[in-house]
Amino acid sequence: MAFDSWQEAIWMGGYGFYVWLSFGVSLLAIGMLVVHGLLVRKKLAIMAVQQQQRKQRLARRQQQERQAHNEQSQVKGAQ
Amino acid sequence: MWKWLHPYAKGEATYRLLGAWLPWLSALAALFVAVGLGWGLFYAPPDYQQGDSYRIIFIHVPAAMFSMGAYTGMAIAALIALVWQIRTAEWAIAAIAPVGAVLTFVALFTGAVWGKPMWGTWWEWDARLTSELILLFLYIGVLALYYAFNDARTGAKAAAILALVGVVNVPIIHFSVYWWNSLHQGATITKFEKPSMPVEMLTPLLISIAGFLFLTAALVTQRLRNEILKQELHRPWAQQQLGVEAEHGV
Repeated sequence: MAFDSWQEAIWMGGYGFYVWLSFGVSLLAIGMLVVHGLLVRKKLAIMAVQQQQRKQRLARRQQQERQAHNEQSQVKGAQ
Repeated sequence: MWKWLHPYAKGEATYRLLGAWLPWLSALAALFVAVGLGWGLFYAPPDYQQGDSYRIIFIHVPAAMFSMGAYTGMAIAALIALVWQIRTAEWAIAAIAPVGAVLTFVALFTGAVWGKPMWGTWWEWDARLTSELILLFLYIGVLALYYAFNDARTGAKAAAILALVGVVNVPIIHFSVYWWNSLHQGATITKFEKPSMPVEMLTPLLISIAGFLFLTAALVTQRLRNEILKQELHRPWAQQQLGVEAEHGV
């Protein structure tokens, strides 16, 4: 250890403000980048679920329409 | 000879490869950055001229190195994107630019905070500082162009051209301290003679540089994976990766 105590390490021979400011802001900036990357992935997961739900809704409606169409033509056939 | 590269033009193959790398890169980055910075902050001896203020070097120099390294990587991706029209390379531009911009910001900020006690000023319009600031604007310009068009491929092409043209700035930054009179000190380790730094300071600096190399790689990997997923979101493999169950035929 280059310092005799933790107080001295924080004081940094009078340059503590500059040293800790530069380290703090740097770690904050890089940390924000990491968090942003994680948030983007979360957002993509939500978008994927929404996309799948839309596809399923569309498929269900198509099936319903097809069924309705079939029933109609069956009724017509019976007549 | 280069045929093994071909599958990686496909998003899914690259995504899986990057996924295999990401945990290792993240672990190495965390380990080396923590050891390098901790050693530099608390165990390296103080400088005989600058006292303890010089400890900013352990974050300033690695960030500056990889702000330029990331740009060079981005320019190579841009060249590949323009010449071979490989979409993965286009996405790499978008993945590298934010990481490079943050590293450039860190280099500029720590430089300013180091400059205040040592040079008596936060900022000086000198060659090294100005060219590094231009690097930040280049990164921001590349990002802005990438997202500025409705057609993503047009945006990627425009961003690639700017990235490629801007690469001329990288050697200017590196040699600026020799070509112009500058407040900024010259190179400490990247020169052919013996490094002008004692081993007790050089070792933590080299560890920190290795840490930032892994950190840059990990951050780019994370973002490139996101970008691939975003572009391939409509494909079943991408949806599966995001936790959506495969379709069982509705």
